[in-house]
Amino acid sequence: MSAVFQVQNLRKAFGGLAVTQDVSITMNPGDRVALIGPNGAGKTTFVNLVTGHLVPDSGKVILAGNDVTSIGPTPRVRQGLVRSFQVTRLFPDMTPEEHLALAVMQRSGRTGAIFGHYQAKADVMAEVGELLAALGLDHIATRKVAEIAYGQQRLLEIALALALKPKVLLLDEPAAGVPQSDTPRIEAALAGLPSDLAVLMIEHDMDLVFRFAKRVIVLAAGAIIFDGSPEDVTKDARVREAYLGSYANDRSAA
Amino acid sequence: MAAVEQSSVATPAAARPNWLVRDLIGLAVILAIAAIGYFLFPNNLALLTRILAIALLVLSIDLVTGFCGIATLGHAALFGAGAYAAGIAAVHWGITDPLLMVVIGAAGGAVAGLISGAVILRGHGLAQLVLSIAVVNLFHEAANKASAYTGGSDGLSGIAPDPIFGMFAFDLWGRTAYGFAVVLLAVVFILLRLLTRSPFGMLCRGIKEDPIRVRAMGASVHGTLLKMYVISGLVAGVGGALNAISTQVVGLDSLSFTLSAESLVMLVLGGTGSLYGALVGTVSFMWFEDFVSAANPFHWLTIVGALLIVVVLFAPRGLYGSALALVDRFRGSGK
Repeated sequence: MSAVFQVQNLRKAFGGLAVTQDVSITMNPGDRVALIGPNGAGKTTFVNLVTGHLVPDSGKVILAGNDVTSIGPTPRVRQGLVRSFQVTRLFPDMTPEEHLALAVMQRSGRTGAIFGHYQAKADVMAEVGELLAALGLDHIATRKVAEIAYGQQRLLEIALALALKPKVLLLDEPAAGVPQSDTPRIEAALAGLPSDLAVLMIEHDMDLVFRFAKRVIVLAAGAIIFDGSPEDVTKDARVREAYLGSYANDRSAA
Repeated sequence: MAAVEQSSVATPAAARPNWLVRDLIGLAVILAIAAIGYFLFPNNLALLTRILAIALLVLSIDLVTGFCGIATLGHAALFGAGAYAAGIAAVHWGITDPLLMVVIGAAGGAVAGLISGAVILRGHGLAQLVLSIAVVNLFHEAANKASAYTGGSDGLSGIAPDPIFGMFAFDLWGRTAYGFAVVLLAVVFILLRLLTRSPFGMLCRGIKEDPIRVRAMGASVHGTLLKMYVISGLVAGVGGALNAISTQVVGLDSLSFTLSAESLVMLVLGGTGSLYGALVGTVSFMWFEDFVSAANPFHWLTIVGALLIVVVLFAPRGLYGSALALVDRFRGSGK
């Protein structure tokens, strides 16, 4: 299977501080990868480098065979590299239906049209309906986003990313800020992601990581210190030292 | 819960006819008020026509400020460009067909929109506001210096538009001009209602609420805003051309900072982001200004200022926005 997403020897320094050191990751369609690491490990910088919000000092980002290192964030999205946000970024005055319709029309190059209404476009409405149903948002489709629960907003973030039909999806802490009672719905949504989609999830919640990921990458001080299966990550001495120490102790104490 | 689900299931089917009907009602109300104005103030049609021309400018500001969140104190540049384009076409090129003059005015406004948009959109927040003031002042100065075409500080006079369709001559009482203005405003208003609900209009609303999210959806924020600026220029240009046709002169005041600031005030007074607010704001501000300045020629500016403070403090969403919120509250308590 050919790789859909490759990060090759990515480096970035702010002044004298190296925040990303020689990071390389290869992902295939269908991969479920979790990127973890303690605070300050460089996860956010890594996401910004990959999405094009920061320019790396050296290294390459390759998406579906195309080198996208030198192009900006917006064209990267159009080529299939889509992200969700750690803190929900939605349009408070718009409804979930409008959000998804806008994303579907944007993907199909129809947001330049100055006349016509999305509700009159049968294909758009059909796709929006499918997405709403898949994420369990159909009963609040026409409520303003400002009026729906935070857990539902997180689900809409995921639906919005899917509406863009990405090849690679970066999920930045999809369950952050969601009350415990709602996390099963987020997990169900994650389990239902398209099977050919490569997903890289940045997450703090280790339970979620272990349930979702088939592969875990640990970042510490800007460098990858572990890349392997979830079963092995807790056994790795460097990971325990850098990151999981307190967590593993908590678990054994409990 | 059951009630919520029921209502949300019912909405999508009912949504489309709903907004169409609402727009037609809105149009009917506008035309009715225009007719009432005609019969109540038959000797003041020049003022009413001027109100309609300025309303087009305020609508045009609403497009960029209310729908896209761009701050501007220089929008008269687009209005003035339309007025001068139509005026110069009539005086220097002999194009005196009023419809053609409106088209030329719209084109002039669009070009001015492209130029000022390209400059203003470089900045954000305060810088954007300062750039917009600089742009309108530069336009003003350019018109002042190019006196061979614009008449400089004396203004451009001698605009003599032909009868509309060769049938309706512009009369001394301004009846034809007023009718022409009402038709132009109604057509533009309906087109803008369609525009704001279109996919492009939705994208603009998205940019106003969260440009980072719009970029993350793969859309170009700058390109979209520039396009809206050009459309806004078209609308302001129609207003400028209408003013040139109805008054038969174009002065430097049509390109002034004062007009830019006043029209932004009218928009805030009426309420942003609905188009109706722009109309309500223009009519109330200009009518109030006319009424108060006649009643008290010495203190009228003070009274206008006091009114604005009252509205901004007690109805921050503007007259239309606040009225709408009140209606919603009554409906909510009625349920």
